Amino acid sequence: MVDKPQIKIGNAQGFWGDSVDAPARLVSQQPDLDYLTLDYLAEVSMSILASQRERDPTAGYARDFVEVVRSLIPLWQKGSKVRVISNAGGLNPHGCAKACAEVLHEAGIRSMKIGVVTGDDVLPLLKAAGTNGGAKSKLFANLETGESLTKVSGALVTASAYLGAQPIAKALTAGAEILITGRVADPSLTVAPCVAEFGWDWNDHDRIAGATIAGHLIECGAQVTGGISTDWLQIPDPANIGFPIVEVSSDGTCVVTKPKGTGGLVNERTVKEQLLYEIGDPDNYLSPDVTVSFLSLQVREEKKNRVRVGGARGRPPTSSYKVSASYRDGFWAQGMLTIFGRNAVAKARRSGDVILKRVREAGYELQRSLVECVGAGACMPGLLDRSIEAELLETLLRVTVADPRREAVERFTKEMSPLICGGPQGVTGYAAGRPRVHPVFGYWPCLVDKKELNPQMDILTSKG
Amino acid sequence: MKQSSTKRQIRLGEIAYARSGDKGSGANVGVIARAPEGFAILRSYLSAARVEKFFKPLGVGKVIRYELPNLGALNFVLPRILAGGASRSLRTDAQGKTLGQAILEMKLTIFKRDWMRLKLPVRSAQSQGDEITQPGVARNATL
Repeated sequence: MVDKPQIKIGNAQGFWGDSVDAPARLVSQQPDLDYLTLDYLAEVSMSILASQRERDPTAGYARDFVEVVRSLIPLWQKGSKVRVISNAGGLNPHGCAKACAEVLHEAGIRSMKIGVVTGDDVLPLLKAAGTNGGAKSKLFANLETGESLTKVSGALVTASAYLGAQPIAKALTAGAEILITGRVADPSLTVAPCVAEFGWDWNDHDRIAGATIAGHLIECGAQVTGGISTDWLQIPDPANIGFPIVEVSSDGTCVVTKPKGTGGLVNERTVKEQLLYEIGDPDNYLSPDVTVSFLSLQVREEKKNRVRVGGARGRPPTSSYKVSASYRDGFWAQGMLTIFGRNAVAKARRSGDVILKRVREAGYELQRSLVECVGAGACMPGLLDRSIEAELLETLLRVTVADPRREAVERFTKEMSPLICGGPQGVTGYAAGRPRVHPVFGYWPCLVDKKELNPQMDILTSKG
Repeated sequence: MKQSSTKRQIRLGEIAYARSGDKGSGANVGVIARAPEGFAILRSYLSAARVEKFFKPLGVGKVIRYELPNLGALNFVLPRILAGGASRSLRTDAQGKTLGQAILEMKLTIFKRDWMRLKLPVRSAQSQGDEITQPGVARNATL
């Protein structure tokens, strides 16, 4: 393939809701960027997309991505060669590709190739297994609890397998300049261009492990450039935090960096923190492309804001894909009030009890409820000394409830504001109005045999 | 009194930094030594049992500890700590974002000779005064 010593891969979207102008900014800050990866899919994102698709069958993908493509057009017109790889396709990668093609067409770009990867949707497979007398439902048992799928199969909303890098790499090799997928493993967005550019064999597990590490490091955007770091107060210019770039070499090692002139920080600490983010057994990091050991990794700061990561070891991947399924599980709502004054925490707790008691007396025994006093150590009960709690003059009362019945949760939303007149003195912060009722989507992680799936890729062009 | 002359109480955040995140209804927290010499302290004082006890108020299951000596780090897997996780938990922190900050508040009572190995800059007399172990403090330190 191409004899490139290294390729530069950036990430400018760590989740759906991340900075909307970050992609165009990153490309203009780093004009020689080869690939831009954008992640839109958290575990719950698919269920949000499912609700959108119910209302409009052409929806079901991250609309924000189409705007990102629009924002990149001037850069492509000025000669940028950056190729974009994103899971923005969600439940409807073809719909997403069509919308992007229209935007490009309107701008007069007629020759761009859009790759689409599909085959991650396993909802029909799970639904069939759940209804087939339950014979196959054991196959899709909950990975965390071991429960059989029959428990939720009637309420399933989405089920997507985390595909690997292979179909993406194939589409890139076929010339795709914008690559849209549904659910894929986040690091695979980075592994694919490495394999496409360097021509690695899929059995070259150590190099693919190295690229997987590179992908793992940038998949959450600014989390590796100083974001959420323990020493965040010391990072320079956080308002202008740079998004990450990995310079991956053909030997599978990489340098983590960020564009010159941006804020934030890349050092051994920010890199080590992100290496440990959301991992389990560090000797068995599972991706659809490879099983990685972190135990041989070497992390070394070469220069300011340049950290080399090498030494990854890989083994063959497992024979299954991980599946993330979601199911309808009732409704929830949260309400908040600020309580100020002497004994604020005691007043807040009593107010919480009042709210729940009134819902009960209205005839609704709520399935689940929680009263928290934010500011009094709600996130880590037991950590804050009780005597300090008594001294606090201010707390944010947060009451959260969940129930299978929408009307029960709705009743709760009407019981917050009566405290404005009937609660303790010093209740404020209610200008946002009544709480909103949201659906609950339960999370169902399971496995599917790789043989059951057939990931596909197609190439479209912007002429439509 | 002999105890207080050979031991001292520290806050984990003085010798380590951390990051946490969710995995379904569980979470993990990575704890990384600030100085290479600090890893030995983490390894000997920060046991899985210790971390499990610390996070008990959140309903954590059996904690598993993994060692990453190459990074000077420990990784703790915290099953069921999120009471349902991102999609179902009613808590403010349904995704375990705060667990890293929480664990750094843990108090550890360590031997002074272990502390000396860290070769950390001498801290102000005031902060040292707070941290000399008094009888009984070690019990509170387990929270």
